Amino acid sequence: MGVIERDPHTGQITTGHEWNGIKELNSPVPKVIYLFLAVTVLFAVTWWVLMPTWPLGTTYTRGLLGVDQREIVTEKVKAAAAGRDPWTRQIAAKDFKDILADASLMRTVRATGHTLFGDNCAACHGLNARGSKGFPNLTSDSWLWGGSPEAIYETIRVGINSAHPETRTAQMPAFGRDQMLPRADIDKVITYVQSLSDSAAQLAAAPDVLAAGKELFAANCASCHGEDGKGNQELGAPDLTDRLWIYGGDRQTLLDTLWAGRQGHMPTWETRLSEVDRKILALYLFDKRAKP
Amino acid sequence: MIAQLTRNERQTALLILLAVAIGGLAMAVGGRDNLLGIHGAIAMALAIVMMFVVIGGYYAPEPTEDRTASYYDDPTKVGIIIAMVWAVIGMAVGDWVAWLLVFPDMTFDAGWASFGRLRPIHTSGVIFGFGGNALIATSFYVMQRTSRARMPDQVTPWFVLLGYNLFCIIAATGYLMGVTQSREYAEPEWYADIWLVIVWVTYFVLYLRTLARRKEPHIYVANWYYLAFILVVAMLHIVNNLAVPISLTQAKSYSLFSGVQDAMTQWWYGHNAVAFFLTAGFLGMMYYYMPKRAGRPIYSYRLSIISFWGITFFYMWAGSHHLHYTALPHWVQTLGMTFSVMLLVPSWASAGNALMTLNGAWHKVRDDATLRFMMVAAVFYGLTTFEGSFMAIRPVNALSHYTDWTVGHVHAGALGWVAMITFGAIYASVPWLWKRESMWSPRLVEVHFWLALAGTIIYVFAMWNSGIIQGLMWRTYGEGGTLAYSFVDSLIAMRPYYIARAVGGLFFLLGAAIGLYNIWMTIRSAPEAAYDMTPDEPVVAGMPAMQPGE
Repeated sequence: MGVIERDPHTGQITTGHEWNGIKELNSPVPKVIYLFLAVTVLFAVTWWVLMPTWPLGTTYTRGLLGVDQREIVTEKVKAAAAGRDPWTRQIAAKDFKDILADASLMRTVRATGHTLFGDNCAACHGLNARGSKGFPNLTSDSWLWGGSPEAIYETIRVGINSAHPETRTAQMPAFGRDQMLPRADIDKVITYVQSLSDSAAQLAAAPDVLAAGKELFAANCASCHGEDGKGNQELGAPDLTDRLWIYGGDRQTLLDTLWAGRQGHMPTWETRLSEVDRKILALYLFDKRAKP
Repeated sequence: MIAQLTRNERQTALLILLAVAIGGLAMAVGGRDNLLGIHGAIAMALAIVMMFVVIGGYYAPEPTEDRTASYYDDPTKVGIIIAMVWAVIGMAVGDWVAWLLVFPDMTFDAGWASFGRLRPIHTSGVIFGFGGNALIATSFYVMQRTSRARMPDQVTPWFVLLGYNLFCIIAATGYLMGVTQSREYAEPEWYADIWLVIVWVTYFVLYLRTLARRKEPHIYVANWYYLAFILVVAMLHIVNNLAVPISLTQAKSYSLFSGVQDAMTQWWYGHNAVAFFLTAGFLGMMYYYMPKRAGRPIYSYRLSIISFWGITFFYMWAGSHHLHYTALPHWVQTLGMTFSVMLLVPSWASAGNALMTLNGAWHKVRDDATLRFMMVAAVFYGLTTFEGSFMAIRPVNALSHYTDWTVGHVHAGALGWVAMITFGAIYASVPWLWKRESMWSPRLVEVHFWLALAGTIIYVFAMWNSGIIQGLMWRTYGEGGTLAYSFVDSLIAMRPYYIARAVGGLFFLLGAAIGLYNIWMTIRSAPEAAYDMTPDEPVVAGMPAMQPGE
């Protein structure tokens, strides 16, 4: 048992206990603590009186304000929808040409389209819509399935190789793996395909390889990509004469493509986004491409 | 260390290890087609290694009877080293995942390197590995000294410390392999949870047994807090982990609760883990090491009492503030919010009591980085509890919730309060335990202090900025009444703050690594023969424990 002492520094007495050299002062609780406690308790009690708080068996005290978070949020959602109503109604009713002609509607399309695109499309196509390996650049003029607002809208609706019954379907066959072309022929086709978009590659290639490649291309590839290699938007076959590549235009990537084939996937958005949202996205992309 | 155990205790230790090894073997065989089997094998392997350790010292001469005249500190020493090792591991993984948020592709396409698996290694590593081991180690130290009694036996503390670390290892390896029950801060699966219950109840009983032997008529405040920590964590752990395994040979289990009840149980656990693990336990630490190091009496015994009961009472209600604006009924949210606001009073009373204790010792705070660690911890404790009460207010939470502000708040508490008080306590204990005049390098303690403080401030400021920007971007509407920013826009806006945060974290990690080095060098340095150890011993060895009121 310790002895009660007076602490010379604070002038307070100790409690008389000591543990391993530690003592305690018997200082009174500062008044400000009680004040502080009173203020916070008053705040709490006021809130309890005004808001739903205490459980009473199967119900609870509703509070004088009669506030309920579920009702608040329901009303807010309704009010927000009403606020958007004037322009959503117009977008739903008008066709693409009319909306494009309406400057004020297009302002809303651009603002809303940015967020819609960012939240739904950017994960694959990038926030700037420039795509990445395996995901097409949407800011170019090189469209797989057509670049009109109607065509873009349809692609968004049904997707590509998706689960939608009306899905757009396209497949690049695995010429190498499935033994449709021997490796030597594939190499020639690659040389030819590269020459379509790259004049330097054309000059560097041996003329006989180029000629053989062209022949092989006409026999095996032209049915989808066209005699001139400019692709076919009816079939989703990419244009091979521009310098935009979905997977890449270097020899190794082209070999991968020709050897094992490609079957890109874009989900259907019909069940995930409203018609108005899909229309906005189609217009947003069309508009984005229209302005450099 | 084995030499300190009696022959009987060595046998008991072997039996316990044999039981663990057999249990591990059963799990390894029964769960051979499942990740549970790997955990069984790990448990068995560790138990066998420990058996070799015990057998290696089995024929060492028995300790002499006069060991009971001193406190039993071997588990504390080992616990402190383990805690510091976990600190470095946990903080390193934390900084790793911080960089992962800056460079999200840094996963090598491997499952184990994904954010979802590494992040719980960070959280469990620092909370349970570092914090938990530090609490266990210091509680052994403090309970013996403030009770003036040695622990009743020498096997139980080892069982608690090593058993707890077996839990930590099972937890961390499980996360890497994808074993998780997806409950934040309670990720380990059912078998690890059951093991922790056994260890934890043993810990609680050990504490009570030591207190029962005490030769002080009164129980010191630090013990109230340590006991509250042990008791309530047991309760939280058991209730939140009630689950049904899909089979006894498989790791997966399903929670007994579902839907919003499940969410409420989880956050009742989650917030009280903050309250009783990260607050009460470390307040116990603070109540011993701060007055001891400052050489000052506790400012006010009365303030200690109202703070203790205020904290234990108010915290229990506060968990639902994690579920504002969710499917949780509005009235439950109101209760969580209002009790969180009232909680500020006992929290600040504790912080105030700590800081007022330093009156008369501020010159020591200026000169002694160890004491300064504890002072800054008390300041951060006050700041964080204010911020917490503020963020619990529903309209404030509408902005802060799900943002980095929450992350910043947690780290203000975890780095500023929990880690700083622990570093202070460890730097104080190491020379006492290993009988040295001071740490190997007081200068490095000083370096650690400034790295830790700078790291914390960088971290917290980065997350405040990032969190508030995020919160505002998420709720900004354009003219047309649709959201102005996509989620990706907000990620781009956060990137600079993520870099700053990772740098702040790196500072903090460096500090901890320097601390571990300094501790190691202190242990390796030559002990001083003249070290005065008399005040540290129980007064009368072998004297029957005095009963309260005697």
